[in-house]
Amino acid sequence: MSIVLVFLLAVALVAGWWLSQQRLTSKPWLETGAGPPASDRPEIPTAKIGLGVFLAVVGGLFALFGSALVMRMGYADWYQVRLPDVVWVNTAILVLSSVLIHIAVGAARRDETAQLQAGVAAAGVSTLAFLGGQLLAWRILIDSGEPLAAHPGASFFYLISGLHGLHILGGLVALARTGARLWRGEESRRVRLGVELCAIYWHFLLIVWFGMLALLMGWASDVVALCRTILT
Amino acid sequence: MANASDRPDAGIPPAEVPDLALPHPHSWWAKYVFSQDAKYIAIQYACTATAIGLVALVLSWLMRLQLGFPGIFDFITPEAYYQYITMHGMIMVIYLLTALFLGGFGNYLIPLMVGARDMVFPFVNMLSYWVYLLAVLVLVASFFAPGGPTGAGWTLYPPQAILSGTPGGQGAGIILMLVSLILFIIGFTMGGLNYVVTVLQARTRGMTLMRMPLTVWGIFIATVMALLAFPALFVACVMMLFDRLLGTSFFMPALVEMGQQLSYGGGSPIVFQHLFWFFGHPEVYIVALPAFGIVSDLISVHARKNIFGYRMMVWALVIIGALSFIVWAHHMYVSGMHPYFGFFFATTTLIIAVPTAIKVYNWVLTLWRADIHLTLPMLFALAFIVTFVNGGLTGLFLGNVVVDVPLSDTMFVVAHFHMVMGVAPILVIFGAIYHWYPKVTGRMLNVGLGHIHFWVTFVGAYAIFFPMHYVGLVGVPRRYPEIEATFITTPIAGLNAFISVAALTVGAAQILFLFNLFWSLRNGREAGPNPWRACSLEWQTPETPPKHGNWGKELPVVYRWAYDYSVPGAPEDFIAQNDPGPRVERDGPP
Repeated sequence: MSIVLVFLLAVALVAGWWLSQQRLTSKPWLETGAGPPASDRPEIPTAKIGLGVFLAVVGGLFALFGSALVMRMGYADWYQVRLPDVVWVNTAILVLSSVLIHIAVGAARRDETAQLQAGVAAAGVSTLAFLGGQLLAWRILIDSGEPLAAHPGASFFYLISGLHGLHILGGLVALARTGARLWRGEESRRVRLGVELCAIYWHFLLIVWFGMLALLMGWASDVVALCRTILT
Repeated sequence: MANASDRPDAGIPPAEVPDLALPHPHSWWAKYVFSQDAKYIAIQYACTATAIGLVALVLSWLMRLQLGFPGIFDFITPEAYYQYITMHGMIMVIYLLTALFLGGFGNYLIPLMVGARDMVFPFVNMLSYWVYLLAVLVLVASFFAPGGPTGAGWTLYPPQAILSGTPGGQGAGIILMLVSLILFIIGFTMGGLNYVVTVLQARTRGMTLMRMPLTVWGIFIATVMALLAFPALFVACVMMLFDRLLGTSFFMPALVEMGQQLSYGGGSPIVFQHLFWFFGHPEVYIVALPAFGIVSDLISVHARKNIFGYRMMVWALVIIGALSFIVWAHHMYVSGMHPYFGFFFATTTLIIAVPTAIKVYNWVLTLWRADIHLTLPMLFALAFIVTFVNGGLTGLFLGNVVVDVPLSDTMFVVAHFHMVMGVAPILVIFGAIYHWYPKVTGRMLNVGLGHIHFWVTFVGAYAIFFPMHYVGLVGVPRRYPEIEATFITTPIAGLNAFISVAALTVGAAQILFLFNLFWSLRNGREAGPNPWRACSLEWQTPETPPKHGNWGKELPVVYRWAYDYSVPGAPEDFIAQNDPGPRVERDGPP
């Protein structure tokens, strides 16, 4: 469970930093008055805070999958899945879609509608390409004799990549809604927020994918083993 | 004297937020059924949770009939008994307590107590309830599935949970159970996002975090915990569903069943235990922290005294919430773990007793020389303190590895967790309902019926669970439908019958309570806006019950904390949070 504990520690640090800004040592029984006007309220839009909390949940979810994976890896009969090469192409495509949506955010901030539309569309298409690529990877893996139930290593790959894909799919729904707003020509402030939220989500899922890939490839467990030798 | 300002209304921005962009539905369906108003959603949550809770109550009756009078009821086969214990546990812990505290009280109280018009994402909030209802319906469906619901025990430990020897293991029972849990978690996450972000973003002017009532703090911290803990159950359920349906072996080792080698191989049941308890232990506090918060407010209001050590109470909630994530393996002492692991988890488990004890001391010190009104909410709050301490003390036994090993899987454990996370939070729920019912409906609950309900429930719960500790101590294991007569079990047969009679009686008292809820809806005394003369914001709404949008034209402005009771020199014995009031000079800490 070390991975999820590290993740929770990170969440706790953020929460602790935030709490430390909240005057937790004030003595409310001595204070009257409405206080400074809402200064303790961050200027971040509510939707962004909501997304942040949601990402903490999603992060916890994948950290738990990672924990289960690492625990299972510790057993003697662990058998590493041989990832098809197309996974690396997919990863590159996912990086590309993250870059594209980042460009779209820049365009939205500068109010350049044409570039924004191009960025959103390109990001959507490249993300779809990533999902297609993932399905292709599954196909190749099944054909090479490692279907879902072949061994736990394979099962974990299908499970984690599948769940990651589902989250990407959910993101695409949000992106499509933002895109629809964009093409209808709704007010730019709302569209900009939508694109920004999508961008945060995309970057986050990219990082999650890197983490999961590192675990599935066994790199992360090497790092953990190294830490363990240093600690003990 | 640390006044934030000299004039009470200094520093207030000009009256803003005349109305928020709330959805204003017009059709009957959108207003009352697919409502996006947190208050309606709260009532929907509460009614659904109560309904499914009644099913669990009946199941506990059936279990007690079997244990108290074995061999008399033919229809209670061992398989049926396993199904009863499983569904009883699952329903009570997740579908009743979690849903009622967070979905019910969270939805009703958070917006009102922090001075918001509604939750920040009303549509998602509505969706949360409907997904929860779907989860409950799937759960209920498993009773009608061929082979019946799962009988794997509420912990659903693999490999037995999905093998043919367990009721529902090879039928639809376990599948429906897992799907229902997955749905519940999805629904809860939608609601939980709302509760957290509403507390973060929608507090009214002047409502700093340290002015929030402890009820909101308790629900807030519990929701944060639930958002981080429920994914563990989600992961476990998804992986077990794969094992059951798609033939993977996440949790399933190589097995021979009835002489047949199964296709599973290479999985680890221990991984499931880790995941399950990584959710399961925080779950205890997900249920307990809202109870802690609510009981703090009940005691303060009905003892007409500010809560003792408000800051400590807040810090203790945060610390308990954080610590509860590193104690999960104390549920796994007998799983064959490394002894140093046990040592570590025993230590963290016992450390949690410190912030918890701080809370208990502070409740008692709040009562010390207070103007105690023995109203129904106060009676339930007092009963909670006693029960929680009793249940907590046996936790000290079970938290220690060497004591836990012989007691593990006995009725002692059953008695312990029923005291600490069954009876204690339920008592708070009752107290809270007696306390806030006037705000929800505008009428008081009947006091006479309430007293009968309280005394039967309180004394009855002790009649059930005190002897059960002894039953466990002499060695009777849990989850056994029937035990052959031995020198141990014969002497306690009478005791078991006594417990069963008490359980039936306590259950019947709850029907009285339900009757009171319905009867008082029409016939209760008119409550007025603030029958308990309480400070916190939910009692200061312009209408009772509060209308859509909660606050009429303008949001309230908060000038003080929620516990200004019996302030010397004040005209009344309470000063509402939104009352700028005369400046009252007080010096030093109270």
